[in-house]
Amino acid sequence: MFYRECGNFKDNYASDMAIFPIPLDRYGFIVMLILALIVIPLTATDYWISSIMIPFYCFALSAFGLNILAGYAGQISIGHAAFMAVGAYASLILYGRYGIPLLPSILGGGIVSAAVGTFFGLPALRIKGFYLAISTLASQFIIQWVIVHWRWVSGGVFGTVEAPDMQIFGWALDTPVRKYYLVLCIMILLITFGKNLVRGQLGRNWMAIRDIDYAAEIIGVNLYRDKLIAFAVSTFYAGIAGSLITFCYYGAANIEEFHVMVSFALIGMIIIGGLGTILGSFLGAGFFVLLPIAINQSLGAFMDVVPSDILSNIEAIIFGGLIVLFLIVEPYGMARLWHTIKDKMRLWPFPY
Amino acid sequence: MNEEKEPILRAENISITFGGLKALDRVSLEINPGEIMAIIGPNGAGKTTMLNIINGFYKPDEGRIIFEGKERPKKMKPNLIAAQGIARTFQNLALFTGMSTLGNIMVGRTMLMHSNIFSQALYWRFSQKEEIEHRAAVERIIDFLQIENIRRTPASMLPYGLRKRVELARALAAEPKLLLLDEPMAGMNLEEKEDIARFVLDANEELGYTIALIEHDMGVVMDICDRIVVLDFGEKIAEGTPDEIKADPKVIKAYLGTAGG
Amino acid sequence: MTFFFEVLINGLLMGIMYSLVALGFALIYKASDVFNMAQGAMSLLAGLALVGFLEMSFPLWLALLCTVGIMIILAYSTVFFVLKPLVNRPPLMLFMATFGIMYLLEGIGQSIWGTDAKGLNIGIPEISFEIRGILMNTFDLTFAGVAALLVASLVWFFQKTRTGRALRAVSDDHEAALSVGIPLLKAWAVTWVIAGIVATVAGVAWGSRLGVQFSLGYIAFKALPVLIIGGIDSIPGAIIAGLIVGAGETLAEVFIGPYVGGGIQTFFPYLIALLVLYFKPYGLFGKEIIERV
Ligand SMILES: Nc1ncnc2c1ncn2[C@@H]1O[C@H](COP(=O)(O)OP(=O)(O)OP(=O)(O)O)[C@@H](O)[C@H]1O
Ligand SMILES: [Mg+2]
Repeated sequence: MFYRECGNFKDNYASDMAIFPIPLDRYGFIVMLILALIVIPLTATDYWISSIMIPFYCFALSAFGLNILAGYAGQISIGHAAFMAVGAYASLILYGRYGIPLLPSILGGGIVSAAVGTFFGLPALRIKGFYLAISTLASQFIIQWVIVHWRWVSGGVFGTVEAPDMQIFGWALDTPVRKYYLVLCIMILLITFGKNLVRGQLGRNWMAIRDIDYAAEIIGVNLYRDKLIAFAVSTFYAGIAGSLITFCYYGAANIEEFHVMVSFALIGMIIIGGLGTILGSFLGAGFFVLLPIAINQSLGAFMDVVPSDILSNIEAIIFGGLIVLFLIVEPYGMARLWHTIKDKMRLWPFPY
Repeated sequence: MNEEKEPILRAENISITFGGLKALDRVSLEINPGEIMAIIGPNGAGKTTMLNIINGFYKPDEGRIIFEGKERPKKMKPNLIAAQGIARTFQNLALFTGMSTLGNIMVGRTMLMHSNIFSQALYWRFSQKEEIEHRAAVERIIDFLQIENIRRTPASMLPYGLRKRVELARALAAEPKLLLLDEPMAGMNLEEKEDIARFVLDANEELGYTIALIEHDMGVVMDICDRIVVLDFGEKIAEGTPDEIKADPKVIKAYLGTAGG
Repeated sequence: MTFFFEVLINGLLMGIMYSLVALGFALIYKASDVFNMAQGAMSLLAGLALVGFLEMSFPLWLALLCTVGIMIILAYSTVFFVLKPLVNRPPLMLFMATFGIMYLLEGIGQSIWGTDAKGLNIGIPEISFEIRGILMNTFDLTFAGVAALLVASLVWFFQKTRTGRALRAVSDDHEAALSVGIPLLKAWAVTWVIAGIVATVAGVAWGSRLGVQFSLGYIAFKALPVLIIGGIDSIPGAIIAGLIVGAGETLAEVFIGPYVGGGIQTFFPYLIALLVLYFKPYGLFGKEIIERV
C-alpha cells in the first residue's frame, strides 16, 4: 500500500472535521446558544416568545428538512407543508386520543410523516426533474383531502383537532417559556443530527446525486436508497416541525395552516436563506416570520391599524422580489454572504 | 507476461445499437490482472460505449460480461458493479461541482463506508472512527496525486487539468480492482500529460492497480501500455502489444482513413 | 348511459380549459426551458386587470386590449429583468425564480386592484339546453370553443408561420438558433407574450366562472398534472392530457366520489399523472432526456 506519514493523522483530521473547525464559528455558535437558552427566555415578552420565537424555530426546522431534500439531495418537493400536517395530526392523535406520552407522540408524528413521505418519494425512483417536482404536489392534495375527508383523522370537525394541554412526566407545559424550551431543545437536537448527516457520507452522497446523478451511481452511490432516505429524513423534520408548531403555537391542528401556500413559502425561505446550508434555513425562516412584523411596524408609523390585505400584499411583493433578487445576485442566499467572509478566515490547519 | 492468469474481466461478443447505429458489433476483449490496457480508435469508434458497458451504465443488446470469473446478471445496477470493484473517470468530466475536492474524493469511498444513518446522525464511535479512517486514506491519495493545495477548493473553481486529476483521485479512492480511464489526458499540455502518465504508471506499478484506458495520444499509449485493443466503427480490428499494433496494416489504414486519431 | 355521456362531455369541455392553462406552461418551457410557476398568477393578474378596466367603464374590447397590453409589459420585464440575468443557470434556479415572480404578481395585482372577490361578466349568456338528453350550457360551450380556437391557432402559428418556426428553432436548439441570428431574448419575450395572452384567456374564462380572486391562481394546480401527463415540452401533449384529466376527474367525481366522501377532483388529476409517469417517465409525448457520459 501507499502510505506517507505526515504527522498525527487522527488528531489532525478529528479536529479538522469537527462541526466548527474555525474558532470564530465556535464562539459565534456559543453566543447564539446562550442567547437562545438563557437571554431570550429571561428577557423577551410572552408575545415574542410564543408568537415569534416558537414559530421561527418550527419553520427553521421545517425549512431545514426541505433543504435536505432540495438543497442537499437536489429533489425538490413542492408539497412540503402537507408533511407538517401529517406530523401535526399524527402526534395529536397519538397524544390526545391514545394517551401516549408527549415526547413519544411528537416523535411518532415525525415517524408517521417520514413513512408517508417515503411513500410519496417513491416516484423519485423513476422520474426526475420537473416531472418529479410536480408529482410531489400530489402529496399536498392527497394528504389534504385525506385529512379533511377521513373522519378518523380529523375527528369529525372539518379538519380541526384541538391540541390538549401538554405534560411531560406530570409537569405541565403551560407557559410560553416552557413551550419555548420544549421547541428549542428538540430543535437543537435535530439540527445537530442533521448537521452530522449532511457532513457525513450520506450528505456527500446526497450532494453527489444533486450534482450529477448518473455519475454518482457509477461511482457507487445507491441512488434509490439515498433518494428515499432523503425523502424520509426531510419529511421526518417536517413532521416534527408540524407537530411542535401545532402543540406550541397554533393550539389546534387546522388544515388551513398547512396549505399549499405554506409549501411555497418554505421554498422561498430556503432560497432566500440559502440552498444547501443549515444557517440558511434559519435565516430564511427568520426572515419569513419577521417580515410581516417589520412591515407592520414600519407602516404603523403612518396609520393606526394596518389593514391585513395591504400587509399581505406588501409581504408578497417583498418576499417575491427578494427571491428573484437573491437568485440573481447571490444564488446561495443570505448564508453565502456569511460564508464568503468565513472562507477567507479558514486558513487553518491547511494553508493554501 | 500474464498469460497463465485468468483475466479479471472478459467481455464476450458485445453488441449495442443506438437507433439503428451499431455502436459496437460483437466486440470481445479481456483485461488481465496487473496490466495497463489501452482501447484506441478513431472518434466515434465505440470506445466510451465499451467502458459504459463494462461499468454497467449501458446494457448490451447482446453478449456477456464476466468479471472475476462470474457472469454478470443482465440488469445489474451500476452502483453494484462499482461495489464489485470497478471505478472509472469520465471523458467529459463529471465532478460534483457543488463540493470541494475533498468531498468529491470522499464520495469515491462511499462503498467502503458502512455506518448506518443513525450512527452517522450521532457521529459517535463507529461513525466517527470510520470517517477519520477514510479521511486518512483520502489524504494519502491526495498526496499521491499532489493535489494538497486544492483540498478545499470547490470543484467548480478548478481548472480543467486539475479536474481530471481530481476525477482520477475519486476513482482511486474506491480502491477498485479494475480502473477505467476515459481519455485521462485529453486536452492537456505536454507537462500535464507527463504528470498523468506518471501517475497512471505509478498506480499500476506501485499500487498494483489493473487499468484500462482510452487515449488518443499514441505516444503516451505506446509508452505506458502493455496491450492495446483497436476499435473502428464498432468493431475490433486489432489487438496486441504496442509493437504489434504499430505494424498492423489494418490499424494504419483505419487511422489514415480518418482525419482524427 | 346518457348520464355517463353527459358527465363525459362536460368533463371534456372542462378539459379544454385545462389544456389552455397547461399550454401556457408548455409554450414557455419549450422556448426558454423555464418551468413557469407564475402561470397561474399571470391568469389572476389578467383577470384582475380586466375587471379593473371594466369597472372604469371601459368597453369590453378596450379593456381586453389594455389587459393584453399589461401582459406584454409583464412578458418583456420578466424576460429582461429576471431571465436575462439568469441565462445559463441551472433550470432549478429559473424554476425558483418564477416562484418569486408568482409572489410579485399576486402582491402587485392585488395592491392595485384589491383583494376582494369580484364577479366578471363579459356578457356570455348561460343558457342550459339538451341535445339527445345530454344537458349542456352555452357558457361552457362558448369558452370551450374559444379555447379550442386559441389552441388551434397556436398550433397553426408554430407550424406554419415564419415567426412560429423561428421560435421553435430556438426551443429546439439555443445555440443553433443563435448562430442563424435569432436573438434569443427576443424569441423568449415573444413566447412570454403569447403565454401571457393564453393566461389572459384562461383568466377570463375561469374568472367568469369562479369570480376573480386570489384562488384564481390555483387553476395552475389543475394544469400542472395535465402538463406532466402530456410531457412538459409537448403542445399536443398538453391538449390531449387536458382532455384526459377533464374527463377523468369529472367521471371520478361523479361515479367514485359519492363512495369516498367527494371532493376527489382536487387530487385525482395527480393520481392519473402518477400512473402515467410510472409507465412513461416523460409523459405521453415528452422528449426523453438521454444522458451521455
Ligand atoms: N446514448 C447514446 N445514444 C445514441 N448514440 C450514442 C449514445 N452513446 C454513444 N452513441 C454513439 O455511438 C457511437 C460511438 O460513441 P462513443 O462515445 O463510444 O465513441 P468514442 O470511441 O468514445 O469516440 P471519442 O473518441 O470521440 O470519444 C457514436 O456514433 C455515438 O454518437
Ligand atoms: Mg469517447
